[in-house]
Amino acid sequence: MVPAWVVVIVSLAYLGLLFGIAHHGDRRAAAGRSLISSGVVYALSLAVYATSWTYYGSVGRAATRGLEFLTIYLGPALAMACSAVVLQKMIRVSKRYRITSLSDFAAARFGNSRLLGGLVALIAVVGTVPYIALQLKAVSSTFRVVSGGPVSTAGVPPYADTALYVALVLALFAILFGTGHLDATERHEGMVAAIAFESVVKLVAFLAAGMYVTFGIFGGFADLFDRAAAAQVATEAVTIGGYGNWFWLIVLSAFAVLLLPRQFQIGVVENVDERHVRTASWLFPLYLLVINVFVLPIALAGLITLGPAVSPDTYVLALQQHSALALLVFIGGLSAATGMVIVETIALSTMVSNSLVMPLLLRPSTRGGADLAARGDLGRLVLRIRRVTILVVLLLGFGFFRISGDALGLVDMGLVSFAAVAQFAPALLGGLWWKGATRNGALAGLVAGIVLWAYTLLLPELAKTGWVPGSIVRDGPFGVALLRPQELFGLSGAGAVGNGVFWSLLVNVVLFVGVSLAGRRTPAETGHAALFVDIDRRTPGPGTRFYRGSVPVARLRDLLARFVGAEAATALVAGHGSRRSASLPDEAEAEPELVRQVETALTGAVGPAAARALVASVADEEPLGMAEVVELVGEAQHLRELDRLKDEFVATVTHELRTPLTSIRAFTEILRDNPDLPAEERGRYLEIMATETERLTRMVNQVLDLARLESGNAEWRLTSVDLGSVIDEAATATAQLFTDKRVELDVDVPAEPAVTEADRDGVMQVLLNLLSNAAKVSPSPGGRVRITLRTDDGTARIDVADDGPGVPPPDRELIFDRFRRGGAGGTGLGLAISRRIIEQFGGTLHVSDCGGDGRGATFTVGLPVPARRR
Amino acid sequence: MARILICDDEPNIVVSLEFLMRRQGHEVRVAGDGDAALAAVADFDPDLVLLDLMLPGRDGYEVCQALRADRNRTKILMLTAKGREAEITKGLAVGADDYVTKPFGTQDLVARVQRLLGAGP
Repeated sequence: MVPAWVVVIVSLAYLGLLFGIAHHGDRRAAAGRSLISSGVVYALSLAVYATSWTYYGSVGRAATRGLEFLTIYLGPALAMACSAVVLQKMIRVSKRYRITSLSDFAAARFGNSRLLGGLVALIAVVGTVPYIALQLKAVSSTFRVVSGGPVSTAGVPPYADTALYVALVLALFAILFGTGHLDATERHEGMVAAIAFESVVKLVAFLAAGMYVTFGIFGGFADLFDRAAAAQVATEAVTIGGYGNWFWLIVLSAFAVLLLPRQFQIGVVENVDERHVRTASWLFPLYLLVINVFVLPIALAGLITLGPAVSPDTYVLALQQHSALALLVFIGGLSAATGMVIVETIALSTMVSNSLVMPLLLRPSTRGGADLAARGDLGRLVLRIRRVTILVVLLLGFGFFRISGDALGLVDMGLVSFAAVAQFAPALLGGLWWKGATRNGALAGLVAGIVLWAYTLLLPELAKTGWVPGSIVRDGPFGVALLRPQELFGLSGAGAVGNGVFWSLLVNVVLFVGVSLAGRRTPAETGHAALFVDIDRRTPGPGTRFYRGSVPVARLRDLLARFVGAEAATALVAGHGSRRSASLPDEAEAEPELVRQVETALTGAVGPAAARALVASVADEEPLGMAEVVELVGEAQHLRELDRLKDEFVATVTHELRTPLTSIRAFTEILRDNPDLPAEERGRYLEIMATETERLTRMVNQVLDLARLESGNAEWRLTSVDLGSVIDEAATATAQLFTDKRVELDVDVPAEPAVTEADRDGVMQVLLNLLSNAAKVSPSPGGRVRITLRTDDGTARIDVADDGPGVPPPDRELIFDRFRRGGAGGTGLGLAISRRIIEQFGGTLHVSDCGGDGRGATFTVGLPVPARRR
Repeated sequence: MARILICDDEPNIVVSLEFLMRRQGHEVRVAGDGDAALAAVADFDPDLVLLDLMLPGRDGYEVCQALRADRNRTKILMLTAKGREAEITKGLAVGADDYVTKPFGTQDLVARVQRLLGAGP
């Protein structure tokens, strides 16, 4: 036993050390020499996942349920090892759009839905407060164990409870290092450094405890297991009870490692370099493995020497007989608890301020919102909201722990929290890959999931505290057994947790997918879906998609200044001006790009919903129009390069498609309204309709071809292609066309093969396009087209020469642009597609005239011909 | 019975317009571009021009302007593939009497032609 005052002093010294590390980390960050820019530190800070639940609760779980405790680490280990992709995508999206919390992530994905963001924030708070309560409980009860006091808090007045003071110190820490400044990236380097340090402390302390128990109290693993077998305590611990639970626990914890507020904060928001994820993908699972090595030995040792009279959750500590070691183990537990509480409260404070408080305060419909938006010191207001949130959340946690007393087990309550955040998985993870997901789908899934969660998982826990009559859990409400929360609709065998997770996630997913499929997406939803799902296909930078309105530069700058300070705001606006090589007068109307940048900067500070509302409050916006929607759909189909020329492209596509449609419609109606037409005339009109339909089909195919080529999604099968044989085949395929036009086609291919690495069908498509163009432009009858192949110095050169009107020099590049027609009909896309295809194989395509007299055009394909090994 | 000039560069659309106008008993002449259209107006003196806006060379607006500059009594019905407000406004501003957007409904087109012809000079 250690005197209580010693424990207090050592604990305070430890917390003081944390303050020092965090302060140092912040100073280094400010000086530009980051303390945390390393994959190892990132992985260690991710280990905030291991809380006092791991530290004390795993042993408790192992002593009562056997190996099942492992599932909570298998899930995250698998998730991190296998799905670094998921984490990377979340990081990429969050960094690009300055997303700083889970609730903002949800809101932004579904068209800046405030309702969804608010709901996520609310669920996060409700789901995590009990979890925070557990950490305080662990600190409080282990404090009494180490200092020799009674284990139960019963009879201890709240003000005399260590947990209250721990909560207050942690609140101070979170406020100092989590809400010190309002920053667009919302990163807290000092806090992360302290958390990584805590991960080392808890690991070292736990390993020390395990080694002492295994090798100090017992004579090594063999001795320990032998004596456990002899005492017959091992039966339970080494049987793997309730397989039904295993699967669900692994699933749950795999989601939790991504979606718990603190994991999102550390894993996504605080990530400084995406490459660190790769280190974490092996180091984090390794950490979890190592910290669990001694769980089973300690559990068995506890069962042998202490027996069930001592709470298994305190075995780790209760087994230590040396006071110094006991103190170290207590500090390790303290570090596990404080790390979790600090990060969790900071994450929750961002959510509550960004998604609940600010959107309410800034509602544009209220007079108060407008007044507030006009206030000068909004940045300080945001910080104050966050500080109050941190304090309130911690006090709620303390209150929950005091009221629930000893009824809640560490692991049980932790699992209930896990299951709450797992409800985010369908909408958030699904929404990262599925563009069809809608806001209503996400809302429906989330609401239904959380209601079932409350019924099947929270209610039974509350029944343990006596707040809810136990009969509801035992016999079902009104005695209806089918509705028993833990065996809903007669589902048994999955265990209580498995039952709850199964039903809540099932209904969540079904509603999410079903409602999404059944409903229509709004333009904003469509746009945001593409922004998230296609994050890797999009180039960052210009092009605002959601802003149509007008606002003077000065108003925008003043708005930003209220959050990030006048200096930063002026710098951002001025930087925008200089890039356009012109300074922006205050009264000038802000370009959409500047508005977007300001909104992004604000998003970092107050979240997307509030940022949107703030920008809307100073700008007179018009609703999203059809042109933007067409543009968005184009984006979604990966027509990335077409962004720049979007207006022209949309206009031209519509025009080109309408031309054949016009003929088809006219003749359809003519045939309908004139049933008495002579057969010959009917035949002629039907022939036109067939031709125009073909043309329409060809155009649609070409638009799709071009889209695939430009997005890099075209699939090519590269083989050795003999160009001579492709030319012969293309000539044969177009022979009829030339005969019909009475144009002569000369083919001049040498006997020596010219072999290039390319997709044969791709080369064929290009040659067919060039030959049919040549046939079209040549004089009919009597024209002459010549296709020749020559190989010279590693390059094969195919010339297609016609004797048509030729291409004037200024147009010789333009004709390879989309929809710049060479003058003689056609859809205008063929040459653009041809050039892109040839470029895929490392070749070139250009046009010149025949022999310099300006008559006729020669299209030349150049393709590399690697030297062949003899 | 009226003289109608069809000015469009898409042969198949021209075929359909020719049929529709002849069916109404009108006399029809065809021009494939803006210059040909102006020449045909001088020579043929049509009562109405069906005028496509997107023409090679001199476009529909220019043809319109040229006709109106001569204080010509010919009615002009423009055919526009875009149906955009700006184009229609511009077309009407340079002197067109009415417009249809492509793809047009044949009955609507015929009704508009008849209405313009009936309105008199």
